[in-house]
Amino acid sequence: MSEELKFHFIVDGDDFTSAGKASVQVKKNLRQLGLSPETIRRVSIAMYEGEINMVIHAGGGVADVTVTEDYIEILLSDKGPGIKDIDQAMQEGFSTASDNIRSLGFGAGMGLPNMKRYTDYMDIKSTVGVGTDITMRVNI
Amino acid sequence: MTVEALTEYGFEAICMPDPDREITGVYIGDLLSWVMGRAKSGDAWLTIMSNINIVAVASLADTSCIILAEGVTLESDVIKTAEAKDINVFSFSGSCYDAAVLLSGLL
Repeated sequence: MSEELKFHFIVDGDDFTSAGKASVQVKKNLRQLGLSPETIRRVSIAMYEGEINMVIHAGGGVADVTVTEDYIEILLSDKGPGIKDIDQAMQEGFSTASDNIRSLGFGAGMGLPNMKRYTDYMDIKSTVGVGTDITMRVNI
Repeated sequence: MTVEALTEYGFEAICMPDPDREITGVYIGDLLSWVMGRAKSGDAWLTIMSNINIVAVASLADTSCIILAEGVTLESDVIKTAEAKDINVFSFSGSCYDAAVLLSGLL
């Protein structure tokens, strides 16, 4: 790979049942590029967690994935309510999801921790009332 | 053992698009992020969750199959999605514990 590859996705905020479309598509694309199964697994799980967060909390958003020779970068951007206390949100088990979301098996407070667990670099920029931008990188 | 061999031990195939997939371990859980955080590639995933999101989770976590305990089944649109995404799904009449005990003797 000599050039960067970029994929852009719009994450639909209304459709909970189709959440994961972008990450499943990324998984497919990375497979075609011949990346290792473990790298693909890490990228696609981190992205899925981010996608689900945007659907649950922010009414959707956009996802941009860049594949370079050295790493895969995922940028998630939404115009949702923002995260009040990022340190608290990063704690395993902390969640503000509704009971309805929990009944679907989400809202366990493991989303952001999983994103961190599966990536080599993660940065959260969030402003209450404005939105959240998350950058994640997985080294190849 | 392969996923297909499960049918000989009381696991009923709901859909089996990838019968030759090897089962290398077991993970039990209903909270999807826990499954994505803890299940290993190749695990048989035991759960009672049956909503559409389990298909994406199984695909991304790369589990060898989903086993729905307590006789739980799937809606037809979820089965279609699982088929399309190459996800093996089984139903088991006993509990997750019963299924895990059985699998423990088989793996």
